[in-house]
Amino acid sequence: MSVKIQISQKTRTKIEEICKSFNNEPGELINVLHKTQDYLGYLPAEAQEVIGQELKIPTAKVYGVVSFYSFFTMIPKGRFPVSICMGTACYVRGAERILDELKHQLELNVGETSADGLFSLASLRCVGACGLAPVVLVGDKVYGRLAPDDVKNMVDEYKDMRGAV
Amino acid sequence: MANNKKQIRIALRNCGFINPENIGDYIARSGYAALASVLGANNPQNSIDVIKKSGLRGRGGGGFPTGLKWEIASKNHADQKYVVCNADEGDPGAFMDRSILEGDPHSVLEAMAINGFCIGATKGLIYIRAEYPLAIERLLIAINQAEEISVLGNNIMNTGFDFNIELRYGAGAFVCGEETALIHSMEGGRGEPTFKPPFPAQEGYLKKPTNVNNVETFANIPAIILKGWEWFSSIGTEKSKGTKVFALAGKVNNVGLIEVPMGITLREVIYEIGNGIVNDKNFKAVQTGGPSGGCLTEKFLDTPIDYDNLIAAGSMMGSGGMIVMDEDDCMVSVAKFYLDFTVEESCGKCAPCRIGNKRLFELLEKITEGKGTMEDLDHLKNLSKVTKDTALCGLGQTSPNPVLSTIDNFWNEYLAHVVDKKCPAGQCKALKCYIIDTEQCIGCTVCARACPVGAIKGEKKTPHEISQEICIKCGACMEKCKFNAISIK
Repeated sequence: MSVKIQISQKTRTKIEEICKSFNNEPGELINVLHKTQDYLGYLPAEAQEVIGQELKIPTAKVYGVVSFYSFFTMIPKGRFPVSICMGTACYVRGAERILDELKHQLELNVGETSADGLFSLASLRCVGACGLAPVVLVGDKVYGRLAPDDVKNMVDEYKDMRGAV
Repeated sequence: MANNKKQIRIALRNCGFINPENIGDYIARSGYAALASVLGANNPQNSIDVIKKSGLRGRGGGGFPTGLKWEIASKNHADQKYVVCNADEGDPGAFMDRSILEGDPHSVLEAMAINGFCIGATKGLIYIRAEYPLAIERLLIAINQAEEISVLGNNIMNTGFDFNIELRYGAGAFVCGEETALIHSMEGGRGEPTFKPPFPAQEGYLKKPTNVNNVETFANIPAIILKGWEWFSSIGTEKSKGTKVFALAGKVNNVGLIEVPMGITLREVIYEIGNGIVNDKNFKAVQTGGPSGGCLTEKFLDTPIDYDNLIAAGSMMGSGGMIVMDEDDCMVSVAKFYLDFTVEESCGKCAPCRIGNKRLFELLEKITEGKGTMEDLDHLKNLSKVTKDTALCGLGQTSPNPVLSTIDNFWNEYLAHVVDKKCPAGQCKALKCYIIDTEQCIGCTVCARACPVGAIKGEKKTPHEISQEICIKCGACMEKCKFNAISIK
């Protein structure tokens, strides 16, 4: 699924600047995509078209790279991106049960963003915090040694911030 | 670090002892002295020989002799050559490269410069995961500081040798740990592997000779140059020299990174350094080598760990993940877990890996759901072997290993799933059957109230019963029962 949007002239100019900072070099495509995603939060199809034009490569090639790497996303993430580590250490320590509880509490499947844009759910491959297994990240904040019973409290904390800016 | 007695720190020698954002700390611990001595001696072949004689082998998993790799790259002539550091640590459960880059970034930079001088390269690239922001930040600080005092950059230490290092970012693809895929990714494309030969040492980044080594391999280099190959090769076993960093995790009491000499036994690692299994449960298996490795059982606890012994035992060194499992872990599920990983990470270029792994995963799924047949087990074995023999790159050639090694070591567990329709570890949901012991149950109704689907029926003060048709096997009743009347059959 991708979101079809009309990008503003300002965004277009910004993407062009990013491409230019890498000398419009096709070999720098991945770096360009990283910077663009940093700026927009995701990589909509229209942004990929602009990048293709600037680097003089087919949009299909840009899309091929975007879809190949799990770090790039074409769906905007939630305000509180929730990621669960599904590395081996977390798996052995019960990450699957935590994930079930997260899906239940957030009413989301992996890879989805909630309609109000508050939460998104993703599964990651090892964040290198195996000593804290099982691990969940909300934004940059790490929750370690979680039990399924802890999930509701954790999620509620963020739901309470719905109104806050 | 727990139990230091059994550990020797070479690759991690500075981690935790220096401020990684201050080059002075690194220099105070003989930092850049190895580079100075290599540049001063001005005899690249001699330095390559030191690495060769040390017996150092690639720490990323393959175990290829590092010195030999350098020699091949040095003999291929070109106007430009490259040194690449593979920091695309993707093994679930391994984080030694991250620790080195965050705790001692200069050791990698210094080693890359030494490598550059030895093979005649003036450019270095570090391919690092975008998921490691702190490591990226520290590397950038380290590169800046090193350039300021001219131990990197142009005309290093006034010797006329130039060596510049840049970062390239990964974007979350496990297969990019494979050399050729990594190079395609650095060139801005999809990280799909290509057939070798040509090897990167002949035709690598931008079609120029390229030497690719892993972070931990590089971290060993300055120590070997300074202390000599004799010292390094005195540690370890006959064919595997030095130390290896392992990420000990799973069901052991002490988890974390350890650096141990090659040749140490699994028993020493798990029971002395790891301080045994959590809750005094029984040891079942240890998984090494990540998604490419296998599970080792009790009979291998006293086998000295090195590259060759692990392969002979049906696993591999890999990048050093070591996941300990106890009696509660179902080995069929573990195999399924790894296949799930491989299916997702397969780049899709070659059919054996793209289709074969998917079919393997489906077979395992069928077995864990209690629908497997004896033919499925035969099919599983055959398909594993075919995938191994025909896949294009290291990912597909090793992905059936978790299946094959669990079949070899836990055949009875597969049979239990297929023939008796039972999961001995009680982990496979579909095969679980919660039952209430009528002798123990006093009819307190707590379980019936806890059940989210109303599967438990019974009058107050009389033994209850679980309807297996309705039960969703969530285990809520068992957690709530105060009389231990509910068990899994």
